[in-house]
Amino acid sequence: MAIYTIKEAKAAPSNSKGLVFWLRENLFPDIKNTLLTLVGLYLISITIPPLLNWMIFDATWSGTQDEIVKEGARWIFIVEKFDQFIYGFYPEALHWRPNLVLFITIAFLTSFKVVKNVKVKIAFILLYPITCFILISGGWFGLETVETEKWGGLMLTLVVAAVGIIASFPIGIVLALGRQSDMPIVKTLCIGFIEFIRGVPLITILFMASVVLPLFFSDGIDFDKLLRALIGITLFQAAYIAEVVRGGLQAIPKGQYEAAKSLGLGYWQGMILIILPQALKISIPNLVGSFISLFKDTTLVLIIGLFDILAMVTLTNSDTNWLGYEIEGYVFVTLIYWVICFSMSQYSKAIERKFNTEH
Amino acid sequence: MNKTQLPAPSSSGFLNNPQNRAVIYQVVALLIVIFFAYYFTNNMFENIEKRGITTGFSFLDDVAGFGISQTLIHYDDGASTYYDVFIVGLLNTLLVSVIGVFLASVLGLLIGVGRLSPNYLISKLSLVYIETFRNIPILLQILFWYNVVLAALPSPRQSISYFDSFFLNNRGLLTPEPIFETGSSAILIAFILAVIGVIFLGRWATKRHDLSGEEFPLFKVSIAILVFAPLLVYFVAGQPISAEYPALKGFNFKGGLAIIPELLALIFALSIYTATYIAEAVRAGIEAVPPGQKEAAKSLGLKDHVILRKVVLPQALRVIIPPVINQYLNLVKNSSLATAIGYPEVVTLFSGTTLNQVGQAIEIILMTMAVYLVISIVISLVLNWVNAKMAIKGR
Repeated sequence: MAIYTIKEAKAAPSNSKGLVFWLRENLFPDIKNTLLTLVGLYLISITIPPLLNWMIFDATWSGTQDEIVKEGARWIFIVEKFDQFIYGFYPEALHWRPNLVLFITIAFLTSFKVVKNVKVKIAFILLYPITCFILISGGWFGLETVETEKWGGLMLTLVVAAVGIIASFPIGIVLALGRQSDMPIVKTLCIGFIEFIRGVPLITILFMASVVLPLFFSDGIDFDKLLRALIGITLFQAAYIAEVVRGGLQAIPKGQYEAAKSLGLGYWQGMILIILPQALKISIPNLVGSFISLFKDTTLVLIIGLFDILAMVTLTNSDTNWLGYEIEGYVFVTLIYWVICFSMSQYSKAIERKFNTEH
Repeated sequence: MNKTQLPAPSSSGFLNNPQNRAVIYQVVALLIVIFFAYYFTNNMFENIEKRGITTGFSFLDDVAGFGISQTLIHYDDGASTYYDVFIVGLLNTLLVSVIGVFLASVLGLLIGVGRLSPNYLISKLSLVYIETFRNIPILLQILFWYNVVLAALPSPRQSISYFDSFFLNNRGLLTPEPIFETGSSAILIAFILAVIGVIFLGRWATKRHDLSGEEFPLFKVSIAILVFAPLLVYFVAGQPISAEYPALKGFNFKGGLAIIPELLALIFALSIYTATYIAEAVRAGIEAVPPGQKEAAKSLGLKDHVILRKVVLPQALRVIIPPVINQYLNLVKNSSLATAIGYPEVVTLFSGTTLNQVGQAIEIILMTMAVYLVISIVISLVLNWVNAKMAIKGR
């Protein structure tokens, strides 16, 4: 007769939570992944510590050039040239004007969350660029005129980006509507323009704007260099905005167009009141993406001889007292671009997520 | 409360007819465009005449008379014309584009797959790579590679050397140069024959699979044929390809193939930057395949590599390919930024040097734009063709 014996209890299952479990599951599940993890750790070990050492621990933050003893970054160069990186050759006594513009911009953007009245909003939209222009360039209300040759640095980069974004927006919408229109000639013209611009690199358009554009006008009309670049960038950006907006327009169900018509709204009424608000809303993530591209593309103006923040790296290094600080300059500019572009892209992702839950 | 009905809006008015209005709008639009075109060209000709600039494309036959640091075709400083300069620039643009597209694809594929890896570290590292490099302007990256990384390399005498055949210094990268002697054409012929053989083998294998259901290890056999056939001929023909190694003579290297630092910087920057976008496209494409597809294939008893090849990839590629081809186009267009570091491609040579010497801005910039327009059109034709091929059939 079989005698019942108590079996040994099984060992408790291995941890299904906790750090060890997580490590085993995510980093060392099998031989292949263990190797990959080791490769990854090696990559981190050869990049991050030297980078941190160079940027922070071994860096020189203050003092004069003669006092540099450490191997790392010499940030004193950035500290010394900071004003030039930000304002270019803008007269030092007038730096408060770009600063004020920045303040107005922040106030302008926040006012949109607070002010509900549409007419006030429109008034703000019209007043904002005029105020900013008068403040930066001067010449009115007793403000001293500052020629565009003196604009530079981050200020110029932001001016180019802002004008590019704001001015290209209405043109882009009109082009998108034209491309979707039933009128063959209008449609052909819009498609031709959009595809031409999208088919060539921005740099050729900038060359065109800086060399050929002055030939198009009779001698009396004088274009300043910055204005030429702005025209080129605006036309370029408009074509890309048009394609983004077209994506939004195509995503609107046909019933919306028909509903607008059946309410008796005309083309423009229907577009402005019914279609565009929806189309623009769903294109916001792509619009932000296109703004990021434009912001990165503003660096190209240095090729046609404007001094944006990237051009400042070379320019500040041509100072005979401060030679050989290219690395610090490039890293500083890289950080500025990276922070701005990364936050914009996170913003666009957040909006995308917000819209996803709504549908 | 009876309201008197309003009379129906009269549609008899000429302007109320939508068709008439469409015609009027279009005529007005056309007139505006024609007016501006006329105004601009008129001014242009006036200005050109005033400044004494010649017009037309006859300058292409003039001798250019400047040196170019990298030419893929024969180019002579004293005798070559501006037309040759144009061709040299065009070829250099295509060279950097082809190399860039290849490297960006490889890197992008690796990073994109790494992004989906179950390995937490690899996935996060890929994410960091993507977020770092896509948010830095490409021009800044090009300048950084050129002015900081490559400029910091040692002089030719202190070159960093790999296996005594690759030398890296501040004048670029030197690699052994293959020398083709008589009989090397046999290897090319062997390779072409191998390719034709593989194509026929593939057809035969598909047919056999259709008839009998038996699998043929096509991939391994094809690779073997493609590698061993030329290799066999290479030894049979008495090793007709040899390599000339670069050697330090005095202050510089003689012999070997020199890759100029401008090209290196451009290729590094372009492929690293474009790879981030390709990686995102690859990730999105693989994620777009519903998990049910994989599970269904598994429950049919298919092996893992068959699932990848026959179920996941065909569906993922349909999503991946269009944005990737767009990125290739962007890479070609971004290669024009070479002008900032002086790599001799079409914008540098033509819109830069030639424009400065000749001064015929309109013709030169139009020709430069035409290069990119043609490349764009070719790439979009390829894209359309691929899309048509990949479209879901039978619906």
